[in-house]
Amino acid sequence: METSMSILIGVLFTIGTYLILTKSLLRIILGTSIISHGVNLLILTMGGLKTGGPPLLGKHDTTFTDSLPQALILTAIVINFAVTALFLVLSYRTYKTLGTDNMDQLRGIEDE
Amino acid sequence: MNNTVILPMIMPILLGLIMVIFRKNIRFQRLLSIIAIIALAAVSVLLMNQIRNEGIQTLQAGGWEAPFGITIVADMFSALLLLTTSIIALFCLIFAFSTIGRDREKHYFYPMFLFLISGVNGSFLTGDLFNLFVCFEVMLISSYVLISLGGTKVQLRESIKYILINVLSSSLFLLAIAYIYAITGTLNLAHLSLRVAEAGQDGLMTTVAFLFLIVFGMKAALFLFFWLPSSYSAPPTAVAAIFAGLLTKVGIYAIFRLFTLVFYHEPEITHLVIGILGAITMVLGAIGAVAYWDIKKILTYNVIVGVGFIIAGLASLTTMGMMGSIYYLIHDMLIKALIFLLGGMIIHLTGTSKLKEISGLIRNHPYLGWMFFVAALSLAGIPPLSGFLGKVFITRGTFEAEYYWLGAIGLITSLMVLYSIMKIFMNSFWGETYVSKEMEKGKLNGSMMVSIGCLTAITIALGLGAEGIQDYVQIATESMLNPNMYIEAVMGGNPIR
Repeated sequence: METSMSILIGVLFTIGTYLILTKSLLRIILGTSIISHGVNLLILTMGGLKTGGPPLLGKHDTTFTDSLPQALILTAIVINFAVTALFLVLSYRTYKTLGTDNMDQLRGIEDE
Repeated sequence: MNNTVILPMIMPILLGLIMVIFRKNIRFQRLLSIIAIIALAAVSVLLMNQIRNEGIQTLQAGGWEAPFGITIVADMFSALLLLTTSIIALFCLIFAFSTIGRDREKHYFYPMFLFLISGVNGSFLTGDLFNLFVCFEVMLISSYVLISLGGTKVQLRESIKYILINVLSSSLFLLAIAYIYAITGTLNLAHLSLRVAEAGQDGLMTTVAFLFLIVFGMKAALFLFFWLPSSYSAPPTAVAAIFAGLLTKVGIYAIFRLFTLVFYHEPEITHLVIGILGAITMVLGAIGAVAYWDIKKILTYNVIVGVGFIIAGLASLTTMGMMGSIYYLIHDMLIKALIFLLGGMIIHLTGTSKLKEISGLIRNHPYLGWMFFVAALSLAGIPPLSGFLGKVFITRGTFEAEYYWLGAIGLITSLMVLYSIMKIFMNSFWGETYVSKEMEKGKLNGSMMVSIGCLTAITIALGLGAEGIQDYVQIATESMLNPNMYIEAVMGGNPIR
């Protein structure tokens, strides 16, 4: 299970990196979003996947699920949601003001 | 347990939220933000004295003991940085009153400013790696808003890149957190330090350490500074000054914390790499500062040189070097804010940032000219100003650690810094005065002069009265070089280790 998860995370990172390297602003934002999904899955995998026990530790329990990674992911998702929303709004504003979403043309010129 | 510790983090957020309600009432917002910052300064002085008398102060939120709950820790290093933060914030705020403009004020400039301060203070105080991430995000999201607030073309264009870089490095930060959680099973810094010491810092752990170095290096502009010059020249002066004074320094703080508390077992690998990165940063930054003929560009490259130099003290890992780093970090925060404000005033007066189009300002603005001169000397570390002591200690530290090349590069680049900043002084203040006072693009007013005047006075006072904070700096150095003090303060009395 962990192995296939790792491969999935790798695939997500590859797609994200590819999208970030493209020139269109919208694709770049989607790329960052996909990478952060990959990171969330990684945190889940690193905390240990299914163990078959509840997230409570008693005297006689032999198995127990670590609940901390889930708390971390929840926080990370909320933050990522807010940042992506802000990023999308700003990129729309940039597109409206500057008239382009091509990163090549957003490079800037000396005299402004 | 000490509840004061959480105040620097929570107070700006609460007051900022109140300001959001009173959006139209700008006078009230100004007053409240000034009160908030002054209260922050008072709290940090209080904390410094408590730490000096009683040792490191901690707060276990909700009474949950250290590795399980949320830990907030104030040691002397963080308290010193808290105080410096509130001083810079105060003067940048006063400067902003007259320069930032009604539009920005109406669109939540002051609340965002306070949220930024809260994020910075939180990063200095947190004792937990994940909370460090959260505080970083609080700080970054406010900085995204501040850098784009106003929505001019340059700002929008640069803020897109700034956000992209920081979103990516935040993802990498989470990645590093996930790896270290998998290896050690904890995220509490003190507990992490214990676990790493027990298990030994093997190859895997060192690799994760480097991942953290990349993440914080990106935030601190250590070697990975390619994003910094363009984004820091986009926002208005007051914002650029607070960014230059604070944001990269939070990254530096995180590097210091991790590489003195957790990953200190393999200095011949990690700290050597940190030293090399610092040296490259200094050289490239200095070349950039010398090469440009644009005030904003020269100043932003000077930020990069400063980062490299502070990091050189950490690389040496000697008492001398660390003490120098703390001195220089405090000095650098103050002087970078000051020099950005001064540069911003020159641009405000002349309406251009190109050095070749400016000359002879000293005839109409003698005080401004002399303050710029003092700030320039202080930036280059000329005695008796505040940069000198830090520079001496860091250089001695690198020599003690037998990194002669590092100390030499530090000294050579500080000459280049002196040249670059004198270039601004000579070109903009000396020479023929073409324009009379009436023909200038902008006017100086009281609140600008007050903020830069006070900052200049502080840099002189910090140079002459360096003995005064000697005690505090020594305590900070001691607790950084003895991780056990930090661990004892956080985990003390807890049987589960």
